Amino acid sequence: MPYTGEPNVHLLRPELGPVPARSLVSMRGISKSYGDRKILDSIDLDVASGEKVALIGASGSGKTTILRLAIGLVKPDEGTIFIDGDYLWHEQGPNGLRPAGERHARKVRRSLGIVFQHFNLFPHMTALQNVREPLMHTLGLAREESDARAIDLLNQVGLGEHLGKRPSQLSGGQQQRVAIARSLALRPKVMLFDEVTSALDPELVGEVLRIMRELAHATDMSMLIVTHEISFAADIADRVLMFDAGKVIEAGPPEQVLKNPEHMRTRQFLRAILER
Amino acid sequence: MSGFAWDWHFAWSIVPFLLTGAKLTIIATVLGSVIAFVLGMVWALIRMTQIRILAPIVGLFVEFIRGTPLLIQLYFLFYVLPTWGMSMPALTTGVIGLGLFYSAYAAEIYRAGIEELPVGQWEAALTMGLPLRRVWLGIVLPQAVRTVLPVLGNQVVAMFKETALLSTITVMELLAQAKNIGSIEFRYVEPLTLAGLFYLTISYVAARGLRRLETTHAVHG
Amino acid sequence: MGATKSFWNFLPFVLGGIPVTIEVTFLAMAVALPVAFLLALGRRSHLGVLRWPASFVVELFRGSSSLVQLFWAFYVLPFFGINMPALVAGVLVLGINEGSYFSEVVRAALEAVSPGQREASITLGFSPFYRFFRITLPQALPLMIPPFGNALVTMLKFTSLVSLVTIQDLSFRANLAATSLGESGPIYGVIIIVYFLLALLLSGGSKLLERLVHRWVGRDLKTDVGGKRSSVPQWALGGGL
Repeated sequence: MPYTGEPNVHLLRPELGPVPARSLVSMRGISKSYGDRKILDSIDLDVASGEKVALIGASGSGKTTILRLAIGLVKPDEGTIFIDGDYLWHEQGPNGLRPAGERHARKVRRSLGIVFQHFNLFPHMTALQNVREPLMHTLGLAREESDARAIDLLNQVGLGEHLGKRPSQLSGGQQQRVAIARSLALRPKVMLFDEVTSALDPELVGEVLRIMRELAHATDMSMLIVTHEISFAADIADRVLMFDAGKVIEAGPPEQVLKNPEHMRTRQFLRAILER
Repeated sequence: MSGFAWDWHFAWSIVPFLLTGAKLTIIATVLGSVIAFVLGMVWALIRMTQIRILAPIVGLFVEFIRGTPLLIQLYFLFYVLPTWGMSMPALTTGVIGLGLFYSAYAAEIYRAGIEELPVGQWEAALTMGLPLRRVWLGIVLPQAVRTVLPVLGNQVVAMFKETALLSTITVMELLAQAKNIGSIEFRYVEPLTLAGLFYLTISYVAARGLRRLETTHAVHG
Repeated sequence: MGATKSFWNFLPFVLGGIPVTIEVTFLAMAVALPVAFLLALGRRSHLGVLRWPASFVVELFRGSSSLVQLFWAFYVLPFFGINMPALVAGVLVLGINEGSYFSEVVRAALEAVSPGQREASITLGFSPFYRFFRITLPQALPLMIPPFGNALVTMLKFTSLVSLVTIQDLSFRANLAATSLGESGPIYGVIIIVYFLLALLLSGGSKLLERLVHRWVGRDLKTDVGGKRSSVPQWALGGGL
């Protein structure tokens, strides 16, 4: 059933009841400011299971912050975040919902994976060790099992020949692919991509996008993709959200938002970006 | 001797003596700093302009001073110089010792400051046809020194604390006075604590001031 | 000549202070390193109750004269009922003092690790404990080694102070020999060279350590804290002694 993208108005306050099962990530009334700059202004967002959502917009429009809020790297000033059946920053107490801390967030976070713009690989470890770390530590798997899975993941992203290489010995595109493999290790239900090709040389962008395209087609993971690659977004996204000045000014399927935008700011943005 | 009680009356009574010592401490710090900064500049210039023969000698000398204890250097100057015919008051010896020791550090600091100068400054100065001496004196050194001023300030504070070593070569500065009182009255707590607080207060205030100097400098560039 | 004969007689006694000096250096360093880590972690802590005492200790030991600290431990603590052997007092004072200075190095090194590492670790589900030992520390350690070499040499020079509180190290014995001989030039000349050679030895050892750590952790890491405007020179040059 196609997802219509309408916000679920029951969820303005957590006490008002559970979120429908189809929504894997649900944000309600999210506001976030840094100093006196309001980055996000009362945002609602839903991502259904298996849905691929592209977030576009200018820098500072809040789209990266949405990802960091989703995975709990930052806390919202207002609003609630709901991930796969749990509130991120609240937990069920004896008398209903109450605020929760880092330890609770760490459990809820397991359903999510994120790939960063600057890879954030561990420089003192090889590609294999990078992917192996979460398997051995977070999942508690034995060395052989972790190795097997890590090798498999690295093969899937086309780096089977580079297991023993350190990040400094790999190109940007290869590093980002290791980062993708590493985030996939925990088998998240939702994958977040934070402008993962923006820091790459143009000729390396393609290999990363190819992996993402395979993930989009071959798995039923939800994907939340912040990107400037408009044609890529048009290709794989089920839904596109245009961010501007802390608000979602346009939302809909790619044919609508990217080919025939209604909002003037969207048109301006797309024109500017496609002229690059 | 347990069950100790601080004697305010005693503490108050020894303050004048301690202040006499503190005066020498400050004099030693000031004079030592002057020597250190001037000599340090000499070493730095010799090393950086790589004057033949002199530069490696100065280099070794500076490394030697930085790599050996100040205490031994002070002993050496105090006991050995007179046998070479150079007799001088203990304070002078101490000031020279401090100045020499910290000149070695100052040389390093100047070097770092000079190397930090953007290459463009050198190029601009040389293309303007200025003679090399003018380049150094008028353009490079003033900027380099301004950059490292806070670090030099730290050296002054460090030196201030190390003037205490002068007590080992009979200079009656603050620590010597405190120890003296202690050994005479056999009450060490008050004199040593007061002396310690003096060093602590001055160096803390100075360090804070320097930190503020550093940040305003960083802001204005 | 009588003087020369006595000089050679005294020399073995004086040089016998070398092991004492080295022992004090390493013992004090063994105290300084854990102290430095504890203080650095304390100052980085989010809990005020950990941060304030750590800052206090650092400011106290860095802000006062090291000789005064030594004398205070040696002469004043007994009045409060704390009696400890001179060696213990010396090692503790030198250790905590140097540890306070070095804690700034540790702090700078930990902070130099890119924040993205922390984010990646959090999102991969690593506990803070694991994150520190497996991710942050291996990247911070190589940055600490060069200043550690400096600290080692500083400590060596520091130990000369313990001669003033009755510990029979190189400086103490040199003093004794000099007063007995009545002629101090050769004795002080010799030990100043000995100190210099020891300093060279320690420097060389630390460079070796640098190379070993790099090989263990991975050659590719940054070898200094961010290039030119690094936070380290301030400390390395301002340690005194």
